This record gives sequence, C-alpha cells and structure tokens, in this order.
Amino acid sequence: MKHLHQVGLIAGTLIAASFAASVSTADTPFPSTYKAPSHAPTLITNATVLTGTGERLEAASLYFVDGKIVSVGEPPIELTSDTRIIDAEGSWVTPGIIDVHSHLGVYPSPGVDAHSDGNEATAPVTAEVWAEHSVWPQDPGFGRALAGGITAMQILPGSANLFGGRGVTLKNVASVTYQGMKFPDAPYGLKMACGENPKRVYGRKGSGPSTRMGNIAGYRAAWIKATDYRDEHAEYEALSDEEKKEAKKPKRDLELETLAGVLDGEIIIHMHCYRADEMMTILDLAKEFNYKVGTFHHGVEAYKISSELAENGVCGALWADWWGFKMEAYDGIQENIALVDRPEGSCSVVHSDSDEGIQRLNQEAAKAMSRGNKAGMDIAPERAIKWITSNAAKSLGIDDQTGSLTSGLMADVVIWSGNPFSVYAKANQVFIDGVERYNRDDPTLQPVSDFELGQLLEVSQ
Amino acid sequence: MKKMPVLAALAVALQSISASADSLRIDNATIITMGSMGTLQAADILIEDGEITAIGSDLSGDADRVIDANGAIITPAMFAGATTTGLVEVNAVRESVDSSVSETPLSKLHVEFDVRRAYSPLSSLHAITRTEGFGYTLLAATGGQYSIAGVGSLVDFDGGFDSFSGDNTVFIDVDGYSSRKVGGSRAAHWMLLEGAMADLDGRASEQEYLTQAGRAVLKRLKSDGIFVFAANRAADIKQVIGFADEHDINAVIVGAREAWMLADELADSDIAVMVNGLDNLPADFDSLGSRLDNAALLSNAGVTVMFTSDETHNARKIRQGAGTAVAYGMDYDLALQAMTTTPAEVFGGRSRVLAVGNSADLVVWSGDPLEVTSYATAVVIEGQLTSMESRQSKLLERYLPEDAGMGRAYINR
Repeated sequence: MKHLHQVGLIAGTLIAASFAASVSTADTPFPSTYKAPSHAPTLITNATVLTGTGERLEAASLYFVDGKIVSVGEPPIELTSDTRIIDAEGSWVTPGIIDVHSHLGVYPSPGVDAHSDGNEATAPVTAEVWAEHSVWPQDPGFGRALAGGITAMQILPGSANLFGGRGVTLKNVASVTYQGMKFPDAPYGLKMACGENPKRVYGRKGSGPSTRMGNIAGYRAAWIKATDYRDEHAEYEALSDEEKKEAKKPKRDLELETLAGVLDGEIIIHMHCYRADEMMTILDLAKEFNYKVGTFHHGVEAYKISSELAENGVCGALWADWWGFKMEAYDGIQENIALVDRPEGSCSVVHSDSDEGIQRLNQEAAKAMSRGNKAGMDIAPERAIKWITSNAAKSLGIDDQTGSLTSGLMADVVIWSGNPFSVYAKANQVFIDGVERYNRDDPTLQPVSDFELGQLLEVSQ
Repeated sequence: MKKMPVLAALAVALQSISASADSLRIDNATIITMGSMGTLQAADILIEDGEITAIGSDLSGDADRVIDANGAIITPAMFAGATTTGLVEVNAVRESVDSSVSETPLSKLHVEFDVRRAYSPLSSLHAITRTEGFGYTLLAATGGQYSIAGVGSLVDFDGGFDSFSGDNTVFIDVDGYSSRKVGGSRAAHWMLLEGAMADLDGRASEQEYLTQAGRAVLKRLKSDGIFVFAANRAADIKQVIGFADEHDINAVIVGAREAWMLADELADSDIAVMVNGLDNLPADFDSLGSRLDNAALLSNAGVTVMFTSDETHNARKIRQGAGTAVAYGMDYDLALQAMTTTPAEVFGGRSRVLAVGNSADLVVWSGDPLEVTSYATAVVIEGQLTSMESRQSKLLERYLPEDAGMGRAYINR
C-alpha cells in the first residue's frame, strides 16, 4: 500500500501540469466581461518617455492602435487620417501604474462596518474565499486611483488569516460589476499572511494559532492536505474514460482547489510578511512543499535579505516609509525599496495597501529613489519607474501583457504634467487598452461612482 | 546607588543628540526666513549661544563651526503636526502607548488628563522625525473615553524631558466616529461639553461633569488655553464655530475635511484649521466633501491653515501633504509658513521666524522643502547642530555594506 501510494505521488507530480489546466480552472467561473471599446489610433509626440524597461527617451513618440502599443521612440512614417495626435511637449509618459496590493472595493470608502468585506476572519485557513466576491465596484477609491495613473491593480483579502483567499487583478475601468473590471487572463493570486496578524486574531479567539510556530504548523497542515488533494485529482484525471467509469470521482473542495492551483504553479502566492527571519522560514516552507512564493508584501525587513530574495526570484512589494505601527514593523527604513532593488535579478515593487497611497505611487517611488540615491546608490527615474510598472506586472504574472511600453503590449499609458517623481506632478491623461479613461481637463472623462453622485447638492462649489 | 549608572547613561544620551558648539555659522544659503527679511540668496546666518545674532551676506567673524551650504535652502525647522511622539513606541504594543485614557474610576470628563506627564524624549521616534527636518510637534491626547481626550501642548525635539512650550491645549472629539463613545449621537458631545462649561460656572446641580481638578484645568484653558476640536463634517464645524463664540474660547479644528464649505465663517471667527493635505476620499459620511484643494480654498479665504498627517511614526509624511496642497492650488509661501512658523504662533510657542534675536531652529534642505525627493541635510534646534543619526540610519549603516564581514551584528559603530 505504502509503495503504491508513493508511485501515485510521483505520477501525480508528473501530470500536474495537465491536471492544472483541466481542473483548477475547469469552468473559469465568474469570467471577465471586460472588453475595451474602440479608440482612434493615437500618437503621443515630444514626450520624455520612461518605457518601464529601464530606458528613458527624450522628445519621443508613442503610437498605439486597437489597444496595443505599436511603436515607441520614433513616430510611424505613415498615419491614418483618423489618428489622434497629442503633442505632449513638456510632459512625461510612462506605462500605466500598477498596484499589486490594494483593498479598494473590499475595504471601500466610506469605510463603514457594512463595507468591511476584506477579511473572512472566522478561520485561519480560508483559501476558499475570493476577494472579487467582496469587491464593491462603486468604491470612489477606484476613480481617485485612476487620477493618480493607476491602470491595473490586484485586490487582495486582508491579512487576518494564514491563507486569506484569492486575490483578483482588475483593470481600473469604471463598471457596474467587478467582472467588467476583471483583467482578462490574469492569473489568480493567493493571499497568505505571516506573523502578528493571524496569531493575534486567532490567539484572541482561543482557537489558534497563537504563536509564530503555530502559524507555520498551520501552513504545513494545509499544504499536506493540498498535496494529497492535488495527487488524488491528478490520479483520477490520468485515468482513461473507461477507467473513470469504474473509479470514484474525487470530491471538489474549494479551499484545497485553490491550494492545489498554487502547487501546480497556476496561482501566485502573495505573502504578507514583515520580518527577515520569517520570510526565510517561508522560503524553506515553499521548498518543503515544492511551490513558489511570488511576492512578499510589506517586507519591512526585506532589506536584510535582499540577496536571498533575488536569488530565489521573489519580488518584494514594499512601502517607501511606513513603519513602527506594530512590533514586526519596527525596523523599517526608507532605503528598503532601493536596497531590495540592488542585487542582480531583483524585483522591487512599490505597493500601497492604502486608498491614499494608491493615488500617488509615483511619489512613493520618488521617495524610495531619493533615499536610495542619498545612501549612495545610483537610481535614475527610468529604473525606479519599473517598481510601479514592469516589476509590478511581473509580480502579478501579467508582464507579458502590460507594465511596459513595448510593442504588442496593452496600451496602458499615463501622460504626466512633468517628471512623475515629484509631488507637483499630476497624471493628466490615462489610457487603458488605448482608451482614454481619464482626462484632468475634461470633466466628461472623469468617472464618478454611484455613491458620490448627487451628494452635497446644496453646496455651491 | 543603583540608579547612578542609569542617570549617567541618560546624560550621555542627551548630550549625544547635539554637537555642542557655542557658535555656528552657515554660509552661502538660500535663507527663507519666513519673516520680514523674506528670502535671501547667497546669505549667511550666525548663531551664538542658541540665538540668531546675524543674517546677511558675507558675515565675517569667527564661529566655532562653519558650514558651507552651497546654495542650499534653509527654512525654520518644521512642525510635525499633531502627533503622539514620545507617547508611543509601537502602536500595537499596548504598554508602549500612553496617548489615551479609556477607563477611569469616575464616569466624568477628564480634562485634567495631561499627556505631558507620560512624555519621554528618549523614544527612537524623536531622532527619526527630527533628522527629517522637524523641530517641534503638538503633543496630543488621542481619543479618550468621552468627548475630551486630554491636554497637551507644543514640545521641542531638543531631547529635553520637559521641553514643552506654548499654551495648554485640550483635545476634544465631536465627530461622528467618536459619537459611539458618548452613547451614539454626536449631539451628546455637545451635551457633555455644555455640561462641563456649566459645571465651571457652578451652574450644574444634579450632574457634575468634571472632577474638581478638571474644573481648575478647564477654567485655565478657558482663559488662556486652546481647544482643538476633531471634526470633519461641515455641520460639526459649524457647531464648533458657535461653541467657540458662545464661550469665548480659542478654537482650532483638526481634520476639517469639509471646512472649505465654511471658509469665510472660519476666517471671520479667526479659527485655525489643521488639515491632512492628502485627504480626498469620502472616508465616512462626515467627509463626503473631502477634496485635495481644501487647504487652498481655506487659505485663499484667509483662514489660518496648518497641516497634520494623522501619523506619528511617519510624521515626516506631513511634507508630502503640504506639497500636495500646493500642487492643488495653495500658495507656496503660505504652505511653507503652515509647515514652520504658523503652528508656533497659533499654539503660543516662541517665534520660529529666522530673525536676529530669535532662537535658532532651522533646517538645511537638499532641495525644495516641500518636494518628496528632498531631505534635510542638517537640523539646528535651539542653536545646536543636532546629530543626523537615528535608529533607522543605524540600521541602514548596518545593512548597506554588501559584505557583512563577521556578520551584521558586528557593524555597530
């Protein structure tokens, strides 16, 4: 029996990939209904362009057609008569800004109790919940973020639980439904959390975990179940149609289905973790169960292990200056992002985790860049912009679709009033899939949520 | 006997925040005096025995220490907003938080709760905030059991145990969020506050709202103190204006997200506001009218505007709010005033203007003091050039070298 089981495990591992495609996303429930409307071919000229790939181009053009970037740098030789030409002299152009850590919609404004939908804090393992089912598309925060150049973001569950549930990547387009915002074909994320939050929440309930070692035991127990589940399903799927008729079809379990999706490399781990020692423990945990940690979020001590993060190909999604609000955030320094960026192969990301911060990720990156330079590193805007564009896209597994101004990618573009690494810079125009979704000078191109419509009508403005 | 080494250690700690020098001259700076001298290019400033003794070009004369600013901007040291610096080390570590009192034996308003009795200048937050260009803060009591949170005042980041200055300032909540503390309606805040005022006059009979000590404190506050009301909703701000007028008190409104709607009235009533320049979301039903040009609309109407960041650990972020207010229409000079000299004027502290005869509290900046990429390169508090080291700079020193040698724990200068 034992021997057979081991064989089964190996077989399961071998066919994991095909199982992933057939079971984890079986019916693609809650599919995206987002479709970009058509737009005129658009040529932006005379701009300082930060490509998101590390380049800075002066007096450059950007040309996009049918939602896709066609050329960057030199303008095309021939233009169709319907081309919209935007002279962006004095402006800077960047890829659309991406926030990998937002709770817009799940902890929306107004932040009343009835809107508190971000933490299913009823059990330490709730991998079965999906953040998208909590998203309120009328959160006014989406529109504010758009005015800050945000074109895509990942909405995550909170950090009360060891496994908080699936995150969802959204396009920042106004819609009555979240499906209308859902980024087509973006992989799911799974929120996990280290440290103080889960042990505090469940320690108080008396159910546990109440310690860091309890946290780790909780992850391990869940991964053991998930491994068995994945293998059981894989074995079944490997059967021929004839054999399937004889065999008992294994039961579907939402929690384990999500965890199995991680083991199969389909779902990306986004792990809330502050302390350096804990992050290293988590990397060992991932090795034990043969999965990959995609991104550590918050990582206030990530600078202490920047080489190890780069070696393991893990992104660090970090704040520019937030610290001290709890013990595990006590060692925060403003050079964190720059230090994590320093090693070869690094993936430094600036995240917000805030409805205020998401409106000015460019400024958060500016602060981090400045502090890195003050400490003797040599970080130019063309590098720092990657922290909120291409590196963020990589963290979310959508870098083959957006995150840089590269021909063939989505035309997610921001035109800034000036150097975006400034408190005075404003996003003047924001394009998503080539469509102008925001224009600072045109009130008809500034979305207003249902919630804010008709408020304070008596006030003369 | 046992205590001696501890005291000796404290003395060392206190000395170490400032490099002692009797005189200091900073040459070749762009000095934004915030006073009648305006902004001076390529100017020098001389500081002797803590005081500014000369400002001008090509100042001669010896100084114990001379710094060439290379044209950098100098401003008065900044105001860090209303914070709990020195009253908290880690928010989620309960025993390190002393900014609020929630359960006391008496079910009364405790206006006599004074956070200054819990203040320590040896918190790691002081150096972390000071080295970012901040010289003082409004030490605030936060969210008490009922409407009144308690009393605080301005405090300098000079390392002193009792570096308090200015007028006694009482912090009062009258917003919707805090209404749950007084039975569910914000109207109850006004019921309690009116009761306390009546108590003061000896008018209350059945119910006493204040302790004996509280009556004495409130009496003093009423004559020469300041009342800071936390309110965002226009209707609540309107109540503050009426209350301040009726009881003839000096009122300041903190939060004030919808204050722009009442800008003219606030200007007429001479009520100052402290706003967060980054507020623009309808965070609750009290702030549906929150907008980024709030500070601009208020200051354009003649209201005295100051900033606060709603942060203590990250109080340095207040500069970003001020810069954002400028980006959304606030006059640059007024924003810089709000960040430096105005709070001292409003809360009764010594003048922060860079002028001969004033105490020298100033900052040398790497660039525009309201720009996010700028930082302080030197901070002078009461004439002393202070250390630019903090717990965070020490952590950076430890982890900046790529080669850790014996291990990071040995990088310990």
